[in-house]
Amino acid sequence: MANESFEPKIVGFLCRWCSYTGADLAGTSRIQYPPNLAAIRVMCSGRVDPTFVVKALRDGADGVLIAGCHPGDCHYAEGNYKAMRRFPMLLNLLDQFGIERERVRLEWISASEGDLFAQLVKQFTEQLRKLGPLNWQERIEALCTNL
Amino acid sequence: MAKPKVAFYWCASCGGCEETVVDLAEDILKVVAAVDIALWPVAIDIKLKDVQAWKPGDVAVAFINGAVRLSEQEEWVKLLREKCSLIVAFGSCAHIGGIPGLANATTKEQIFANKYHLSPTINNPNGTVPQEHSKVDNYDLELPFFWKDVKTLDQVIDVDYYLPGCPPPPNLVAEAVNAILEGKLPPKGSVLAPEKALCESCPRNETKPDDLTIASFKRVSTSTPDPEKCFLAEGYLCMGPATRSGCGERCINGNMPCRGCFGPTPDALDAGLKLLSAIASRGKADTTESSQVLADSLADPLGTLYRFSLPASLLRRRLVDLHENS
Repeated sequence: MANESFEPKIVGFLCRWCSYTGADLAGTSRIQYPPNLAAIRVMCSGRVDPTFVVKALRDGADGVLIAGCHPGDCHYAEGNYKAMRRFPMLLNLLDQFGIERERVRLEWISASEGDLFAQLVKQFTEQLRKLGPLNWQERIEALCTNL
Repeated sequence: MAKPKVAFYWCASCGGCEETVVDLAEDILKVVAAVDIALWPVAIDIKLKDVQAWKPGDVAVAFINGAVRLSEQEEWVKLLREKCSLIVAFGSCAHIGGIPGLANATTKEQIFANKYHLSPTINNPNGTVPQEHSKVDNYDLELPFFWKDVKTLDQVIDVDYYLPGCPPPPNLVAEAVNAILEGKLPPKGSVLAPEKALCESCPRNETKPDDLTIASFKRVSTSTPDPEKCFLAEGYLCMGPATRSGCGERCINGNMPCRGCFGPTPDALDAGLKLLSAIASRGKADTTESSQVLADSLADPLGTLYRFSLPASLLRRRLVDLHENS
């Protein structure tokens, strides 16, 4: 399914304290990385309701990144632990819905890890390019027509 | 003045919703004193052509139960929409898909293969499967078409009100009938049940802990819950926090955790994901590994979190033939 011309769309939920600042650092440091990720700043990775992830996939995203502070560094003490506990259960559920686990990632990026953020986006973009488009809307319509 | 007419119809359902009408007990006499029953396939013999002869508005309200899975069901509910002033989706299956909606976790092909070929109790040496058209002794026989997908009633026709539950409890049915007779109906699209979560009316609410400490989930098939304690406190997955109340806590009183037949509370876009979020985030796990243990202890998250609501959920059904059409 590798398609050179396919540009995956990634929605990134980045925590305001660490990961968004890390992404900002990647920018101010002029580190090159693919433009495939649309960043959404959230107050905490713990605020990322699994509903947000599913809505993004439904509405056209090929992949979703949730990024927060490293465990122990959460501005709200344990928000990132909440994200950590939900994540494998969400993957198990998506698996049953026929959506590949590789489409959703949870990563810890600190405010100083701009280069790590750039590498991650690069790697995730390539991973999704290999996987191909999710195309949820079109595929579900084909499955739900009556004939 | 002539009595208003009501219709009952059934689609993909088990017959339990018909039972709840009978469960009105003596109150059914008040209902039949106030209305005429124009259609009720389980009890009276009315044909399709009889209903086709009705004029629009002849029948005040149709209570339709069951999910929609066959072409015949689609034909009937569209006809009833045309002829009846109000449509009430009656019971979990019409409301949110119900148990028949779990078929959306698999495919039509798989269902037919299991049902007619693979099941160990099947003896079908000729590999016979039902056909939409067949000829027997010069007669052309027709069967309804089996859709690829199970739908809620409002995915097929416009629905005015919803009566939730598997089946809806008699008191809610009686209240709904009274509201219709007296013309005291809430805004169109309302679910005719309380808006609060089940936990608020649960007799075990006092033992619900502020912090859950579930490290792995227990299952009612392999252990017995304490008859008084909050199920979540003990580690059984209970849909109570994300499910509408009004059911009369029938499952709870039978020592069974809530399975979500009343559907999501109004502020939950997707009950399954909301519950996953609430339960998992407060589990007892502080590492990636222990979070995985917690997640894997929930054996069938799709079947558990969407036992009654798969077709109405955000993701609706399992995607199949990955990459084939993309």
